[in-house]
Amino acid sequence: MTESNLPPRKRRWEILMLVSLAAGVLWTVVSRVPSAVDAPLSTSPSPREGFLAPDFTLDTLDGTKVTLSELRGKIVLINLWATWCPPCRAEMPALENAYKQYKDSGVVVLGLNVTNQDSEKDIPPFVDEFGLTFPILLDRDGSVSALYQLKGLPTTYFVNREGIIRTVVVGGPMNETFIRSKIEALLQELP
Amino acid sequence: MFPYLRLGPFILPMASLVFLAGLWLGLPLIEREAARLKINASMLSNIIFYSLLAGLVGARLGYALEFPNIYLAKPLSLLALTPTTLSPSMGFSVSLITFVIFIQRKGLPLRPTLDALAPGLALFMVFVGFAHILSGDAYGAPTNVPWAIRLWNEYRHPSQFYETFLALTILLVIHERFPKPEGAGLNFLLTIALSSASRVFLESFRGDSIFWPGGFREAQVIALVIMAISFYWIRKWMNAHSTGNIKPHERGGIHVKR
Repeated sequence: MTESNLPPRKRRWEILMLVSLAAGVLWTVVSRVPSAVDAPLSTSPSPREGFLAPDFTLDTLDGTKVTLSELRGKIVLINLWATWCPPCRAEMPALENAYKQYKDSGVVVLGLNVTNQDSEKDIPPFVDEFGLTFPILLDRDGSVSALYQLKGLPTTYFVNREGIIRTVVVGGPMNETFIRSKIEALLQELP
Repeated sequence: MFPYLRLGPFILPMASLVFLAGLWLGLPLIEREAARLKINASMLSNIIFYSLLAGLVGARLGYALEFPNIYLAKPLSLLALTPTTLSPSMGFSVSLITFVIFIQRKGLPLRPTLDALAPGLALFMVFVGFAHILSGDAYGAPTNVPWAIRLWNEYRHPSQFYETFLALTILLVIHERFPKPEGAGLNFLLTIALSSASRVFLESFRGDSIFWPGGFREAQVIALVIMAISFYWIRKWMNAHSTGNIKPHERGGIHVKR
């Protein structure tokens, strides 16, 4: 049997496939969005990958204030933690090492203590114990934890230079290799 | 949305658990279909397991290759239980290559073996939809339609529900005795073609598309190409079936090579 002599049923399948393919091409062309090229996935803030990191201003342990949006142009790691949380303790050395290694490349680590679920007096000994040099932020009323819809501790957000969240890690502990690979990926993004 | 399950000190991503459930429920379907097609079901099951394992290793190595200096400094990090340090494309490629090598070495017939995979693959796609419903990934574009859902601070198309509904429809078409093109391998190709067509259609309602120049959605274009390739092979294998022009090793039957 030659291809030109196919039974009607097979011919119907061929026609159906051709029509489906043509419809697919047409739909792809009709549904394209030229204005979306090079635009961020979403300009609305939300604590998830592909969205702008919700903005906040918090006091640091040494009494200054840090506003996230003022760090635009830098790569920011926001690590939500508490002194009583074992995986938070476990990943602190890795965060500190990554901060020391990359701070001159425009990387900022914000250690955001969930102070409303912690004891403020326990924070300075914790910082001394691990020799932390990155800014420690105090979320005293839990408003930033709520803004970031905190699901569990620790949680870390890797934010690129445009303020877009690229990776969210809920739970831990993260190891140094993991943190470095995520930072390197953000550094490789074109400014 | 219910993205994480907390079990004591552990926080488990629900999407990963649902993927595992999809595999767990999909494998018996594959084995049943393999038995129906007179293929050694336990051998196929083992091949799938090895392919998935190889895919997992490949995905981790693929990710490590992107950052060789970091992983060379601490090679034990390759064993870390972090699902975000995997390269999906590398994992898929290694898994596919492993599968092809194994079925050739074990002498399983290509087309019926692919057909045996079809129902399990279709079921897994349903679970991918469930996983997206729970995690909130693959979210829809902002919209004003009456059935919009509030997600990530905006009213959006419930794209995860569209995806699950279409995947269920495809499962029904594949699994039940709907009119389909006749011939070995065509049920598998139809699964791929229908899943691709579903992605071509649904991508327009997604809010997380990656755009190419001209405003074309990356996933839509890739799905369209896969759909075209599937149709090409459906036509070719359908014609081969009509003319009886199939190589012996591609036909069904009991094939056991030890």
